[in-house]
Amino acid sequence: MEIIKIERKVLAKNDAVASEIRSALQENGVFAVNIVSSPGSGKTTLVEKTIEHFSGRMNISVIEGDVQTDLDAQRVSAYNVPVVQIITNGGCHLDAGLVKDSMKSLDLVSTDFLIIENVGNLVCPAGYDLGEDMKVVVISVTEGDDKPLKYPKMFMNSKVLVINKIDLLPYVNCNINQLRSNALKINPDLKVFEVSCTTGEGINAWCDFIENSI
Amino acid sequence: MHELSLASDIIDTVKQTLSHEELPSLRKIVLEIGAYSGVVPDSLSFSFEAITAGTELAGAELEIINIPFRLKCNQCKTEAEPEYPIMLCENCGSSDTVVISGDELKFKEFKISESEE
Ligand SMILES: Nc1nc2c(ncn2[C@@H]2O[C@H](COP(=O)(O)OP(=O)(O)OP(=O)(O)O)[C@@H](O)[C@H]2O)c(=O)[nH]1
Ligand SMILES: [Mg+2]
Ligand SMILES: [Zn+2]
Repeated sequence: MEIIKIERKVLAKNDAVASEIRSALQENGVFAVNIVSSPGSGKTTLVEKTIEHFSGRMNISVIEGDVQTDLDAQRVSAYNVPVVQIITNGGCHLDAGLVKDSMKSLDLVSTDFLIIENVGNLVCPAGYDLGEDMKVVVISVTEGDDKPLKYPKMFMNSKVLVINKIDLLPYVNCNINQLRSNALKINPDLKVFEVSCTTGEGINAWCDFIENSI
Repeated sequence: MHELSLASDIIDTVKQTLSHEELPSLRKIVLEIGAYSGVVPDSLSFSFEAITAGTELAGAELEIINIPFRLKCNQCKTEAEPEYPIMLCENCGSSDTVVISGDELKFKEFKISESEE
């Protein structure tokens, strides 16, 4: 057998496109987050609350990733912000190529804050750099406190953890301190926010953090 | 199921690296996959087989080297392979640790049969 050495990441192409995106964002002074979670943890609701909070003070653009339908983009466009929907047609994650294409229909010059909502999936999006400044992983208390241990890569690769639906804590069997400490065991540097998008609790702290990061 | 899209990324790299004439004699694509890379090796091999069937790459298969999660403590210098990718030192409990391996998802080599069968 002839052996050809090839030291290269499988996702090298994605990473190269992600670097292009990162430079384009930097040039235009855009701060970008990539929001990831399992289906239904409350990503779109968090996007809505965040837009409401910054309304009139910051120019936000949104990229919505879904397997099917533009329902999330419809929800977000009700807030009068530029939004592009990416439909992956079965694809379980966004990749940098999809994001780069969708960015063509956004005006980066007039954007301060770009929110990318990934496809609902706690596994696959973890490995794909989209050129964002940080990944934000959302988990709702209804999912259980063991999820960081079961899906470590997502927690390892994120800078921020938003624990959502804390209004439901009285009704579910989830120990939020256990959830937090499991997440911090995987990634001691995680910045953790406890919020309820329904009652608004904790949203100010999350938004202050974003404002200070920009 | 991002294994399917990874399989097509792998094929893209193969086609960029090898000439068209070399493709049918490619036997093995050696990959290193870390324990917390998020990739299921069996599923990746299955996807690769499914999309290369009937193509010039039908004779090639994936050879996967599993890389364990390894952590080194900056405080007490202990190296360990914890069951979960927990960033705390098993020995002294410090969180001042570095990951040595476990997130790999990369090519190592291609094996090509020299004589055309
Ligand atoms: N009780 C409660 N419900 C919430 C909260 N946040 C979101 N929800 C509800 O949870 C459901 C899912 O919320 P979405 O924002 O659509 O979740 P998502 O993560 O965007 O879902 P996908 O995009 O499909 O993955 C909706 O019915 C929301 O109203 C919360 O803080 N408390
Ligand atoms: Mg959504
Ligand atoms: Zn130690």
